[in-house]
Amino acid sequence: MTITFSLDGKEITVEDNATLLDAARENGADVPTICYHDATTANGLCRMCVVEVEGQRVLQPACIVKAGAGMQVQTRSEKVIRSRKTILEMLDSTMDLSEAEEVQTMMKDYSADVNRFPDAKRRESPVIDDNPMFIRDYSKCLLCWRCVQVCADDAQYTFAINFDGRGFETQIGTFFDKPIPETSCVLCGQCAAVCPTGALKPKREFLLEQGMTPQEISVLNTGRKKRKNV
Amino acid sequence: MIKPDRIVTTTCPYCGVGCNLQLHVKDEHIFKVTSPFDSPVNHGNLCVKGRFGYDYVYHPKRMTTPLVRRYLLEVKEKPAGREQVFAVSKDGQPIDSQISNLWDWVETDWDTALNITADNLTRIYKRDGSEAMAVYACAKATNEDNYLLQKMYRAIFRTNNVDHCTRLCHAGSVVALQQATGSSAMSNTASQVIQNDVFIVTGSNTSENHPIIALQMKEAVRQYGAKMIVIDPRRIELVDFAEMWLPLKPGTNVPVFSAMAHVIVKEELVNHDFIEQRTEGIDDFLKSLDKFTPEYAEEISGVPADDIRKAARMYATAKKAAIYWGMGISQLSHGTASALALINLAFLTGHIGREGTGLNPLRGQNNVQGASDMGCMPFHYPGYMRVDNPDNRAKWEKAWNIEEGGLSLKLGLTTTEILSHAHEGGVRALYIMGENPMMSEPNLNETRKHMQELEFLVAQDIFMNESGAFADVFLPATPFAEKDGTFSNTDRRVQRVRAAHAPRGQARVDWQIICDLAQRLESKLGVASAYWNYSNPEEILREMGGVNSDYAGITYERIDKVGLIYPVPTLDHPGTPTLFKETFPRGRGKFHALDYVPVREEPSDEYPFILTTGRVLEHWHGGSMTRNSVLDEAYPEARVEMNPADAEIHGIRNGDPVKVQSRRGEVILRVTVTEKTSVGVVFIPFHFAEAAANLLTNDALDPQAKIPEFKACAVQIFPARENDLPNAEIVLNRGRY
Repeated sequence: MTITFSLDGKEITVEDNATLLDAARENGADVPTICYHDATTANGLCRMCVVEVEGQRVLQPACIVKAGAGMQVQTRSEKVIRSRKTILEMLDSTMDLSEAEEVQTMMKDYSADVNRFPDAKRRESPVIDDNPMFIRDYSKCLLCWRCVQVCADDAQYTFAINFDGRGFETQIGTFFDKPIPETSCVLCGQCAAVCPTGALKPKREFLLEQGMTPQEISVLNTGRKKRKNV
Repeated sequence: MIKPDRIVTTTCPYCGVGCNLQLHVKDEHIFKVTSPFDSPVNHGNLCVKGRFGYDYVYHPKRMTTPLVRRYLLEVKEKPAGREQVFAVSKDGQPIDSQISNLWDWVETDWDTALNITADNLTRIYKRDGSEAMAVYACAKATNEDNYLLQKMYRAIFRTNNVDHCTRLCHAGSVVALQQATGSSAMSNTASQVIQNDVFIVTGSNTSENHPIIALQMKEAVRQYGAKMIVIDPRRIELVDFAEMWLPLKPGTNVPVFSAMAHVIVKEELVNHDFIEQRTEGIDDFLKSLDKFTPEYAEEISGVPADDIRKAARMYATAKKAAIYWGMGISQLSHGTASALALINLAFLTGHIGREGTGLNPLRGQNNVQGASDMGCMPFHYPGYMRVDNPDNRAKWEKAWNIEEGGLSLKLGLTTTEILSHAHEGGVRALYIMGENPMMSEPNLNETRKHMQELEFLVAQDIFMNESGAFADVFLPATPFAEKDGTFSNTDRRVQRVRAAHAPRGQARVDWQIICDLAQRLESKLGVASAYWNYSNPEEILREMGGVNSDYAGITYERIDKVGLIYPVPTLDHPGTPTLFKETFPRGRGKFHALDYVPVREEPSDEYPFILTTGRVLEHWHGGSMTRNSVLDEAYPEARVEMNPADAEIHGIRNGDPVKVQSRRGEVILRVTVTEKTSVGVVFIPFHFAEAAANLLTNDALDPQAKIPEFKACAVQIFPARENDLPNAEIVLNRGRY
């Protein structure tokens, strides 16, 4: 079954279970995404993919809204552009995007103003180095939820991490704030693989960035297992 | 942020799943591993070993210089009684089981090392003949490496004493599948698990040993509505996702599966069409089932009779049902019978030969399927062609430029037999490529004596492991990240392996070491060359595929992006994900009447517990790789698992040190008190040299497959003191254990 609707003034036909994001990508319309990942369930969290649908009061997240027959959809209306730009400016004012290459590219594309919110409180927290495999630097986390999803039923069924705290204090954490090794974590690193900002990073990569040599890292690893770990 | 100089696509070196890896390389050093999300094997998912466990490549203890023993250079007698220490100083020093005799090694160049090797091998061969020569191939090395190694021994030394660790893992399954179907691999692909309506997982702790297949099993249950039946003595993680868990006593597979068959027959749930059209031997089989009532099975196995009935009905009445199994089936003195019992179930119900069904032994090593396919077995040439068949022999004589009748028709010795024949008049020279029998064989105290009795031992490896410590020559080889070739994974998918960077130090690629040595051997023996002038590994695979039709249609170009699932008989054949659609290789599938044979060593007053052995997620087999990796930090010490009820009776608390003793040896390690293991059963992983589980295990063999009984022996447990532990400073502290 297919349906037909209007995308940026053009009549297009797609499968009837396609989302607006699928439809846009198939038809060459550029809809940017941050939290969306092909391997995870779409949640409409970051709102970067919003589009304007005629008759709808608010902008619609294209990653989860299904295309409907006869819809009139604008992917680059003024309202859409303004909304995406504001999202980027808010992210930039509160967190460290230095390793979020895709988001940086979007900042340029949307001419985001890095001084829009000069007094914003920044979400800052120390790097958590509590396990041998990866580090967690939540100053770089934009709460896309991909790590939580792959740890749960999008891949690993391990359920070691989840949202912790509320509102501005929201952060990804383990249950009861336990160190990673003491949780149900299987250390698969799938969370780091889907992280779009460098908040989660393999330990070895992190140590090399800190200026250690491969030889020094090997010695560190060999020495560490002798330590009493209680 | 580190920008990679290049990203190299390759195949994971750990388990048989064969996950696709992308190695991110900067300054000739892998700094990160990712996986493509469109990979047909693992869909971008990896486990801790695949993603983080590559760092053994750079470990300071990696051997990268050829070594020979001092006596060889000084042309003296070999010193007697070469020792190797399992454990361990009690003053908190790191465990280093090889250090004891490192003084005796001398660093040398390749020319010297290979000439000494060739001299000694030819000397022994000329003196004692083919019977004195034996070789262990390597299920971690590539197809190309393994093909050449068996070629070297068969073509030059005219012996079939070629085997590898398949003997210690799935030999029971391989023999059973050969007898009943004529094939010996998974009948269906692992990714078909989401098509199952019902599936049985038995003798496999899939979450830890094939983590990515376990993800697909969980997905099948949670997203696709499949029902999983776990039949295992341990309450493994998959039980959380299962419809039923049948906790049988170790070694009671035959009565449980035969009772399921009994129920299927009694309740008229059999697939008559399938039995009539595709199988033979049903009458004898039906007669043999009479005594296997569910009540009889309950008495032996401890599984409630009604659970056996319910599981039998679920499996038989499903539209599509499959069986996945691991070492818990094969590593028994009746391992072949255990696997045959599963095969009988599939034949009875016709759950074979269609998508989403099948008989699926989950192979352990990354390339154990491939090493078997390459003929690294004492009874078979590449392609499972029997060595005692003169027609097969003629084909390989032609391929290897050997005079008619030159190759041996005599069946070779298996892994376990090679070492037990290591004495005067038996095997005198052993060549080990990448295996570690001093960790992986049963009853290691006995194995040690055999290793000491060898006249000449060559180790071709990346680390000086517990077995290399007995060697006379050490040839530094290369891990997966430094060589090109192919691996064949558990579901018969042949995939590319690519070098991320050049070998470290003087290490050389395995297939080149073999070619170099083979040419030296031929010239010393003055025999015609079987051909060793390959310019790349693909030429090796093509030579093999010229005779072994399963691989005939495989070229590196065809598997550049996505692997092919053999049989691939021609260059335009698309591969064969599902076997036995029309017929079995032997024609009809053969039912086997079975009898219950208890494990060789049952618990007694003196040794009241059953010890079962296995693996943990963070480690790999003998530990050469993972214990020289950051993985060892995640799981640093051996533990014995004990049920809370047993622990209470013996006054043992979680973390207490204990001595575990069998009739053959003892180890000291801490206890993990957990319901993961059943009452009366204790579990020890076999990765840890300082508390080697295989000091305890029983070397009783399955009569057909010659696989040892790793999964059940009798032990006693005594309290021990902290000071008795090999390294009391190290404590495992993980939430999931």
